[in-house]
This record gives sequence, structure tokens and C-alpha cells, in this order.
Amino acid sequence: MSANNNVFIALQATDEARSIIDAILADNPAATRIDYPAMVKIDAPGRLVVRRESVSERLGRDWDLRELQLSLISLSGNIDESDDEFCLVRG
Amino acid sequence: MNKPAFDVQATNAASRKAAPRKLSLKERYNLMTGDLGWETTYQPMDKVFPYDQFEGIKIHNWEGWQDPFRLTMDAYWKFQGEKERKLYAIIDAFQQNNAQFNVTDARYINALKLFFQGVSPLEYAASRGYALAGRNLRGVGARVACQMQAIDELRHAQTQIHTISHYNKFFSGLHENSYMFDRLWYLSVPKSFFEDAMSAGPFEFVTAISFGFEYVLTNLLFMPFMSGAAFNGDMATVTFGFSAQSDESRHMTLGLEIVKFLLEQDPDNLPIVQHWIDKWFWRGYRLLALVAMMMDYMLPKRVMSWSEAWEIYFEKNGGALFEDLARYGIRLPKYHEVASKEKGHLSHQTWATFYNYTHATAMHTWIPEPHEMDWLSAKYPDTFDKYYRPRFEYWDSLAKQDKRWFNPGLPMLCQTCQIPMLFTDVGSDPTRVVSRESVYRGTKYHFCSDGCKDVFDYEPEKYVQAYLPVNQIFQGNCGGSSLSDVVNWCHVEPADSGDFAQSEDRANWNRWTHADAGSEA
Amino acid sequence: MTIRALSPDYEGTPRDAEENFHGNRLLFVYWQNHAMFCSPICIPVPPTMPFAALRDEVLPGLYGSHPDFAKIKWNKVHWFHEQEDWKPNPSKTLAENGLVHKSLVQFSTPGLTGIGGSGT
Repeated sequence: MSANNNVFIALQATDEARSIIDAILADNPAATRIDYPAMVKIDAPGRLVVRRESVSERLGRDWDLRELQLSLISLSGNIDESDDEFCLVRG
Repeated sequence: MNKPAFDVQATNAASRKAAPRKLSLKERYNLMTGDLGWETTYQPMDKVFPYDQFEGIKIHNWEGWQDPFRLTMDAYWKFQGEKERKLYAIIDAFQQNNAQFNVTDARYINALKLFFQGVSPLEYAASRGYALAGRNLRGVGARVACQMQAIDELRHAQTQIHTISHYNKFFSGLHENSYMFDRLWYLSVPKSFFEDAMSAGPFEFVTAISFGFEYVLTNLLFMPFMSGAAFNGDMATVTFGFSAQSDESRHMTLGLEIVKFLLEQDPDNLPIVQHWIDKWFWRGYRLLALVAMMMDYMLPKRVMSWSEAWEIYFEKNGGALFEDLARYGIRLPKYHEVASKEKGHLSHQTWATFYNYTHATAMHTWIPEPHEMDWLSAKYPDTFDKYYRPRFEYWDSLAKQDKRWFNPGLPMLCQTCQIPMLFTDVGSDPTRVVSRESVYRGTKYHFCSDGCKDVFDYEPEKYVQAYLPVNQIFQGNCGGSSLSDVVNWCHVEPADSGDFAQSEDRANWNRWTHADAGSEA
Repeated sequence: MTIRALSPDYEGTPRDAEENFHGNRLLFVYWQNHAMFCSPICIPVPPTMPFAALRDEVLPGLYGSHPDFAKIKWNKVHWFHEQEDWKPNPSKTLAENGLVHKSLVQFSTPGLTGIGGSGT
């Protein structure tokens, strides 16, 4: 079995999620984006972070991290969530 | 004890003066979840929660249970309400614009039928299952998480019924899903899967559904179905699907936390949890045979093959997950290598089985178009042309002479997964089915695989009770002895079954979409 | 392994007990390497049925639609009961030939390799 240590997050291809996706790609230089019909999947080795501030900046309004629930499709990895960051990690 | 009244007033006055401080996520979670529970005093806790010990799971400290999203009820209502508003706006727009005619072609609707007949009733079953598990687990974090999930699952069942009711006005096979779920032979596969979990104890239930199914395998159910719907122009299904899936990612995460929690509580829990993971991986994998054929055969425009999806979501992603869990002593589920070996055969064998029995299903089947067979050859270079193309081409030649072939017998079913014994020995002879046998109290029981035999042998008392539809027909319990008696008893109407080529769906579609020139506006 | 259940003496009632089939027994039949038939077939048959009747009257109704079926040389067929070699006596009944409720009978037909030799 060819395992890897990638984590991933899959988001809906919507207007609001576009800002989240852009923020994730900017904050996680090792992340790669794959486009599927109606869905964007982002893989990253070992760790992936969603920062509240980065998304707020792009949306032009205060964005609560829990709003992620509205755009989320799926994810893989252990979650570590604070008020400012939502992290997916392996191990 | 009650505080003296002046004390309360003083506290209130103090809090009025200070600017209200915003609570952190962790504080909110602790206040609005952990603090909702209490130790009972009128009755001992063991009498209030009598069902959370017989499985042998040992819990020393329930506070170790943490919801990774730290979702509290107030936020839950707010976000779920927003999801509903978005969804129903889209459903309205969909209906007003007759968007059911924008799907690729009417064959696609059969994927929707399979989903509605086989998956939506599971959502409702899950709602019941989590309500029950929440009642039976004594830890407050677990109870709140189960309550939210019970509400989520009910929402999924309802939104699916609402969305698909629009399709029901135009297409066959969508009129009585809950009735069919209880009676129709292939739907006993998902039904018995879930009833197996619900009739286990609360810890096995949450391990089975939250971890085994939602975490390890659900990506293989929802992602292909919903991406497939998007690719085939079905906006309504994409929307309810992704709306549900956003809850699903919370459930999956919870599944992982549950397993870690059980393993951290006591070393004696490890062998019990490993057994459940082995069992429910195999049970879930067998259930996904239906998804495999949906992906490879039922979508006019295909997103990826079953084999590719298995590689991405189980071999790579699942592999990483089980490496994570290795530090708790958990290994990959037993027979995962069999599942991987079968990936080049699974969808073809399942579709061929539905083709055999389309006279007794509430959906249509068909022979793939030549360009679709070429896609299958390209995706399955080692198996499709050698083993499967010949039977489809042969059946096609019969159909072209108006001799559409059906299997005149009824299939032998596996005692555990209840799927016809269709899985072959892909290692040594892919044209010969695997059969395994156990004898329990002097009676024979048959299985499609070592995985299903193991499940039976571990708890034969449970699985000897399996309601196998074919065997029930021969006992005279299914409306009569002729096929049409049985099909009527399942509430399958004549228009629901048979080959797509002769179906009302196809004729109507051609008329409505002007595929036949000169029809009415 | 014994089941862990709420009740210590839990046992289930088998739903497919022989007495539920009104004098018949379930028999599973499988023609090897003819995968056009997706799985073994389940039939209810009386234990008093002679094997010859199964072979000559029942099997044609189940498998006769396959082009190989008419070419079967019945004296060359290999029979199996479960996974073991089995040499049924045509004039004896299924029960006398050793079959019980829910027996699986398999047969292979050497030289007949299915549609286009594909095992279909």
C-alpha cells in the first residue's frame, strides 16, 4: 500500500469558498489544488492551516472560522482549531 | 445549594458594569457542552445508563471526549439554518426552471434512483441510531455530539426527499423508497448493514458508523456521487449532497476522535476496537459495491473510475490514517488487500448482476455504449476486455435481436452482506465465484468471502437471523410465488423495471427534450 | 467466539430453518466458469427428487439459455458438493446422494469455456 502523509480539505466551488481557497493556497506554499466538478480539493504534506485573518482580508469582512462549515465538503487529518486558526495535521 | 439573594444581586451588578468579554472557542465549548451534564443522585448512573458496559469497553474519564470542531448548539443552529436557506433557494430555482431536463441523459436518473432507494433511508436510520446511542452513552460530550448528528441525519433524509420529489414527477422508480427499502432484494444490503450496527451496543454503533463508515469510506460514497451529479448537470443533487457532506465532514472527524478516545481510555479496549474496525471496514466495503457500479456504469459523463477513487480515498488517504493510528496499536483493517485486488473487477461484476436481474429492480440497466466500453477498457486494461466486454457484447447482440437476456433463476445470497454470491477469486480464476461455508448447530451457512465468514463466525447467534430476501420468497413470505407477485409486493410498478431501451423514462425523455424531432412544445 | 449481548443466554432463531420451506430444501447450484450467470442460483427442491430429475428437468430451465448448455456432455461433467468431488447416482434422490438443506452443488464442463472463451 502506497501511503503518504498528506492531509486534505475539499471545499465547494462557490463564490465565498474562493476566498478561503485563495487564503489556504497563500498560507500553505506546499499545498496543491485539484479541481473537480463543483469541488476543489487541496492536498498538503503533513499540515494545512486555514487562517481567519487571511480569509477575512480576502472577503473584505470579519470571517468567523466556524463559517468554514458552510463551504466544507470533506477533510482528512487531525483537527486542531483555535479562534484564529483551523489546522489539519498528521501524527 | 441556593445562594443568598443579596449575593446573586451583587454578582449580577458586577457583571453588568464590566464590558462583556467574548468567550474563546474552548470556553464556550466547555460551558455549553461539558457543563450541561451532571452526576445523577436519585438513581445511580449505572441504572440510568445501563447499556454502555456490556460490550466490554472501559471508560475511566469521559472528559477525555472532545469534539474536535468544538461546535456548540447555538452555533449549530445558526450554521445549519444558513445551509438550509441556501439549499431551498436552489431547489426553488431548479424546479421553476425545469432543470431536470438539463441532466446529460435519462440514464443518469438511475444513479439518483439507486441513491434515493438505498442511501436516503440510511440517513433516516442514522438519525434513529444516533438518537439511541446518545441516550445510551453517559458522557456529556458524546451525548451532545450524537444529538447533533441525529438532527443532521434527519435533515439529510428530509432534504433528499424534498429535492428528489421533483424528479418523481417525471421519472419512474422514485415513488416509494421507504416501502421498497424494507422489501426489495438489493436494498436488503444497505438495510441489513445499518440494522446490524443499530442492534449492536452504543460503542460498536459509533465505531461502525462514525469511524468505519463515515471516516474511512464515506468519501467514496458522497464525493463520487456528488461530483458525478455536478458533471452530469444535476444541480439539485449536487446542492443537497454538498449541504449534507458539510455535516459529514464533522461526523468523520468525530469518528476519528471516538476511536482515539476509546484507545486512550484503557489498553483492554484495543482488541475490541480492532475487531470492530476489521468487521465494519469489510461490511462497508461490500456495501460500496453499489457505488462502484454507479461510478463506472451509471454516469453518462464519468468523473473517475472506481479503481482510481479506491486508490485516492482508501489506499493513499486511508493508508495515511492507519499510519497515524499505528501508535495506538491499530493496524490496517483485515482483508484490505483483498479489497484492493478486487478493484479492477468490482464494478463490472456488480453491474452485470443488476443486468441479470433488471426484471426485478426499481431501476433500469443497459449495455454501455461503444465509447463507454472503450473508456472502461482504458481504465481497466487488465480486466475489462478479457473478462467483461465479451459478456456485454454478447448480451447486446441478443438485445438487438429483441431477445434481451435475463437470468431465469434467483441468486444465492451471502449470509452476512446479503449480496448475491458474485465476487470471484480475482487472484487465481476471475471467472469463478468465491464461496465459504460455516456449519453452526448443524446447519450450513454460506459466504461470499473470508471477510463475511469471519463476521458470522464471531457472532453466529446474530447472523443466523438474517432476513435473506430470496430465501424469504421461497418460504412464501413475499406476496406469492411468481416473480410478478413478489415485485408487486415490493411496490415496484411495471414502468420501474426492465431494460432502459424499452423504458417509459427513455420514451418520455426523448419526447420532452425533442430528441425525437417534431414532438410537441 | 461467544456474542456479547445484554442477555447472557442470548441466542438467535435461525430464519432459514428447513421446516420453514414446506417440505422443500434450499439447494444452491453453480455452473463453473460461465459467469454470464452472475452467481450460484438458489432453488427450493424436495429432498426426494431424483438426481436425474434435477439434471434433466431443472437445470435446463436455469441454464438452457446459454449456448454452451446444449453442448454439455453429461458423462464428462465434474460434480462437486461444496468444494469436494461428488459422484451422484442419477437414480437416487438428492438426499440419498448426500445433499442436505442449503447444500452447494457445483459442476464444471471441461472443454466449454463460455462466450468467446472468456469464462462467461
